[in-house]
Amino acid sequence: MSRALTFRNGVHPGDAKELTAASPIRRLPFPDEVVLPLRQHTGAPAKLLVRAGDRVERGDMIGAAAGFISSPVHASAAGRVRSIGPWPHPSGGFEPAVRIVVDRYAAQMPRRRLVPDWEGLAPKEIVSAVQAAGVVGLGGAAFPAHVKLSPPADQTIDTLVVNGCECEPYLTSDHRVMLEYADRVYTGVRIMLRCLGIERAVVGIERNKPDAIETMRRAAPRDLDIEVVGLDVKYPQGAEKMLIKVLLDREVPSGGLPGNVGAVVQNVGSIAMLAEVFETGLPLIERIVTVTGPGVRKPGNWIVPVGTKLCDLIEGSGGLDDDASEIIFGGPMMGASVASLDTPVLKGTSGVLVLSTNETRLRDSHPCIRCGRCLEACPVFLNPQRLGSLARKESFSEMLEHNLMDCMLCGCCSYACPSNIPLSHLFATAKAALRRRPAA
Amino acid sequence: MTPSNIIDSIVIVAGVCLVFGALIAIVHGKFRVFEDPRIDATVELLPGTNCGACSTPGCRAFAEALVSGEQQPAACTVMSPEDREDVAELLGVEAGQANPRVARLLCAGGSDVAVQSAEYRGFESCKAAAAVAGGGKGCTWGCLGLADCELSCDLDAIQMDARDIPVVTPDLCTACGDCVDACPKDLFVLMPREQHLIVQCKSELEGDEADALCRVACNGCGKCVLDAADGVIDMVNGLAVIDYTQNVSADPNATARCPTGAIAWVEKAQFESPGGEG
Repeated sequence: MSRALTFRNGVHPGDAKELTAASPIRRLPFPDEVVLPLRQHTGAPAKLLVRAGDRVERGDMIGAAAGFISSPVHASAAGRVRSIGPWPHPSGGFEPAVRIVVDRYAAQMPRRRLVPDWEGLAPKEIVSAVQAAGVVGLGGAAFPAHVKLSPPADQTIDTLVVNGCECEPYLTSDHRVMLEYADRVYTGVRIMLRCLGIERAVVGIERNKPDAIETMRRAAPRDLDIEVVGLDVKYPQGAEKMLIKVLLDREVPSGGLPGNVGAVVQNVGSIAMLAEVFETGLPLIERIVTVTGPGVRKPGNWIVPVGTKLCDLIEGSGGLDDDASEIIFGGPMMGASVASLDTPVLKGTSGVLVLSTNETRLRDSHPCIRCGRCLEACPVFLNPQRLGSLARKESFSEMLEHNLMDCMLCGCCSYACPSNIPLSHLFATAKAALRRRPAA
Repeated sequence: MTPSNIIDSIVIVAGVCLVFGALIAIVHGKFRVFEDPRIDATVELLPGTNCGACSTPGCRAFAEALVSGEQQPAACTVMSPEDREDVAELLGVEAGQANPRVARLLCAGGSDVAVQSAEYRGFESCKAAAAVAGGGKGCTWGCLGLADCELSCDLDAIQMDARDIPVVTPDLCTACGDCVDACPKDLFVLMPREQHLIVQCKSELEGDEADALCRVACNGCGKCVLDAADGVIDMVNGLAVIDYTQNVSADPNATARCPTGAIAWVEKAQFESPGGEG
């Protein structure tokens, strides 16, 4: 193959995927309680539909979508609503959430199909069924899936980019999905292609997953125009802008979305989920979570109900190691630390990483030596060194002039910095400050 | 070098000076900008803190606004009443009704009473800590105690006490609002000084959940609502909220039965003086 199979810049962190890459996806027992925050996705939080004391069945809608860029929330287990109130949320604060005490003796199977079969539906009907089923991106940002399936009229989409990179170290859920549910992924691809009215899909998989590349090549349906491409291993290859650059050689403009260059990107986990909701007739109420890291006794890839509390998930993974020190929702590069073991798994929680004291040792930060490694690492060509010094001065609005908003907080600059300057933490701080008080 | 060289250069330099001096004098006469002398006189009387509490950028801008009649002397909350009268007299205007305000912290959960659920390790700033799991304090609404406000205060009116809670010295505070901007948890509020009844908590948790995270949290019991005059306090989302327009009918009785001390009657500084090291 002639083209370069990677993007410019980026870093090479150790991938540490061997902990769970060979662990088949398994189901954990139902927890005693699930907690479902109404904000689990990008966009407006869902509108509450239940009251304390209500009986809910598995799959019942308990929060309705509040607009187009919003997604409903469904009960992930049959039981009784215990209370509704603020609850620790992976984003750091407390968010309104519905606590459901799981009924131990319920069959946990709904009496009827809640999502219609897609085969007979027109594209528009599929899209609304996708929204009604609460399907969102499972990679982390939890962007509502139906929005990706309904591009605005001024955009011409020609390619579906299937993201099988899983470039975050430690995480293996997408890897396992490709190995175990390749057919389901392609059913999802078929559904997405029909909604978008296009023919072509390109699957990008990093070469550290040769078995997944092999499986996906073998399973690719002959009647669709599908290309499976093995990509060089480099972080953040799975960021959608990087992936579009390498697979389609198109550059998404600053502030733009993949739609601006005719592409829709979705990761394999989300695509498999799309197929799954139509296959089982159940809305998005469970997901695959990689529980991994040196701080957990029995790492694995588990299917759990959305809303499973961190403590139950850890217990199902053999418990915490004695020197476990930090728990991160997501991967080590972009994931968010959580402060409470009551924090529930959301639709967008791709992994739970437990680090031990060895990995979380805080190294002293030294002054910048102007070596330029952060510039060479930044995949969106920003100047982290300049942004970092502005952040220290709290010149947040000036940071905007240096394109802070193009920063996706991938963490490459922090990883590359020999002085251990917490660059991406500084940028996250600046972004939070600007959200609180937009620059005048 | 001969004496004539020296005389020549003196004459030339003096001549150039005269020509340019004359030019400057003419330009000054023609293009002179008149500035009201009262502005300088007013600036002399102003406190010179440049705090911005009057909503103009600095004392000089405030003086200009005073002279042009856009503002009243009372808009400066830092001046003493005597100075205010002097300014009013100088400009021949009404001093106006002063409404001195002070920054109040809506959290009393110091490290001695509030639970820490995780340890934040990173650079020492509340804003940075708030970006990591909310800062690791059990109560997500509470003060993180890393002193962004103390740093933001140009007047040394804020000092962290031994329990990592900022203490505002009312006599130094000009209500400029810098701490309001600095706090990532939005815990500072500028309040009129004569407003004494304050709910020092923003936690939306109720009952045992609130108590479990902080011993001085408002747990939403509602006793203060009953004890205060009608309409002064209302319960919103498990938190006592004071209607400050009803200020005249607020009295210390409302705090009497508060089981946690979240609602307080504050006359001076909110907490013990910060001097006490230990």
